[in-house]
Amino acid sequence: MRCVTSCLVGGKHGVVLAWGLVVTVEHAQRRTPKVAKTNSVFKKAVMAVSGIIMVLYLIAHVIGNLKAFSGAEAFNSYSGWIRTVGNPALPGQTTLWAIRIVLLVAVVAHFWAAVSLWRQAKRARPQGYVTKKATAQSYASRTMRWGGVIIGAFIIYHVLDLTTGTVNAEGFDSTPYERLVASFQNPFVTIFYAISVILLGMHLRHGIWSATQTLGQSNRRREKTVSAFAVAFATVLTIGFLLVPFSVLFGLID
Amino acid sequence: MRSSVGNPGAESKRGMNLTLRIWRQQGPTVKGKMVTYKITDISPDMSFLEMLDVLNEQLIMQGDDPVAFDHDCREGICGMCGVMINGQAHGPQQTTTCQLHMRSFADGDTIDIEPWRATAFPIIKDLAVDRRAFDRIIQAGGYISVPTGTAPEAHATPVPKADSDAAFDAATCIGCGACVAACPNASSMLFTAAKVTHLGLLPQGQPERNDRVVNMVAQQDREGFGGCTNIGECSASCPKGISMETISRLNHDLLGALRAGARPKS
Repeated sequence: MRCVTSCLVGGKHGVVLAWGLVVTVEHAQRRTPKVAKTNSVFKKAVMAVSGIIMVLYLIAHVIGNLKAFSGAEAFNSYSGWIRTVGNPALPGQTTLWAIRIVLLVAVVAHFWAAVSLWRQAKRARPQGYVTKKATAQSYASRTMRWGGVIIGAFIIYHVLDLTTGTVNAEGFDSTPYERLVASFQNPFVTIFYAISVILLGMHLRHGIWSATQTLGQSNRRREKTVSAFAVAFATVLTIGFLLVPFSVLFGLID
Repeated sequence: MRSSVGNPGAESKRGMNLTLRIWRQQGPTVKGKMVTYKITDISPDMSFLEMLDVLNEQLIMQGDDPVAFDHDCREGICGMCGVMINGQAHGPQQTTTCQLHMRSFADGDTIDIEPWRATAFPIIKDLAVDRRAFDRIIQAGGYISVPTGTAPEAHATPVPKADSDAAFDAATCIGCGACVAACPNASSMLFTAAKVTHLGLLPQGQPERNDRVVNMVAQQDREGFGGCTNIGECSASCPKGISMETISRLNHDLLGALRAGARPKS
């Protein structure tokens, strides 16, 4: 004979199952189980992996940005190099477009998982509390969703400004360095960049810790280290991204 | 005998006067609202539930409907009691509502009392919610299948001390639902993770380890709980202090199980 025991959920609702003594499961307010696809933890994993891809790109991006301190020529030739890397083995801008496609897929996956989990959370508590006090959450963790939306909007502006030049004062027919200087000489643009980059830093501060948890790589021993690393990494990256705009604004780069 | 001067212990202390704002809701489908009650002469040594008992006695004497709230053992082990007190699950102390005492409040305080709020925990009446969603998560995989009969020789299955400690820490979960109540996403991850960790760390839990995690997570999604965003409100409000480590362990097990081809029962 086999018996199946479950641990007690608590008091009156507790269940101990045995053959023939299975507590009736009520089928109230069930949604269609699209289980394998809608697994919330799987979505979190998509979020974590796409996030890591974007973080890796950001590391390369910030290093590239710092080329601005080496002068217009170095900056422009670096920009040119990105477009021709792999030539002549790979034709034209193959590498650049490969990176762009990977990033685009990562952004779309990240956004899809976020929206889906956001909606799930909304459905999970349609009526909020009259009084709710936060005891553990950080500002960074609280602003992940709207912060993410703002960062997304910033990225669109950023590409139109410095990559395509669509919204840049120097327009299409300018060098990357000219666009950079034109943009950040405007204090409003610099402030918008600064706010977005600081938001990004906070997003990463929680995101790095969260990804470690989601991918099952955290434990009580590592928790502190992971958090400290997330803070340090986010700070360094934020400062790295802020250096160039403020140097332009204060005339250190022109 | 009346108390005499020089015996401070016997002197009657003035009790606390409090304003309570309590969520009153006649039934699952009726609209509810916060109702204000004044309560006087409450001893700081009373438990929170005893304070509610006093209020209910008053309400019954006045011919009013007493406030419905869940409770059972009143010694912090059954997990039945649990309400939001001033916006915190189980109130300002990290313990169960029954183990919270009125000395945690000051004379003249206003205390907001609300039920757990989650789609998966529908309100039955006032502060009492239906937490059977947790039972169904347990039924989906929170068990081990073992042949019954004579208990086997304990030394035949060695368990490393660290594993048994971690498993026991997770097993202290009483399923009160504070994690769900405190979570900004109304996620039940800490509860499910505690069960997955508790059974998954022990040799007896291995045969069903992959199926367990996949089915329990599928069930918690089906019940309408939110997803985890690793904020940590759950662990901070857990009366048993279940750690966030259990969530990482669940994630690890789940991704491993999906890779190994485990799929949830529909």
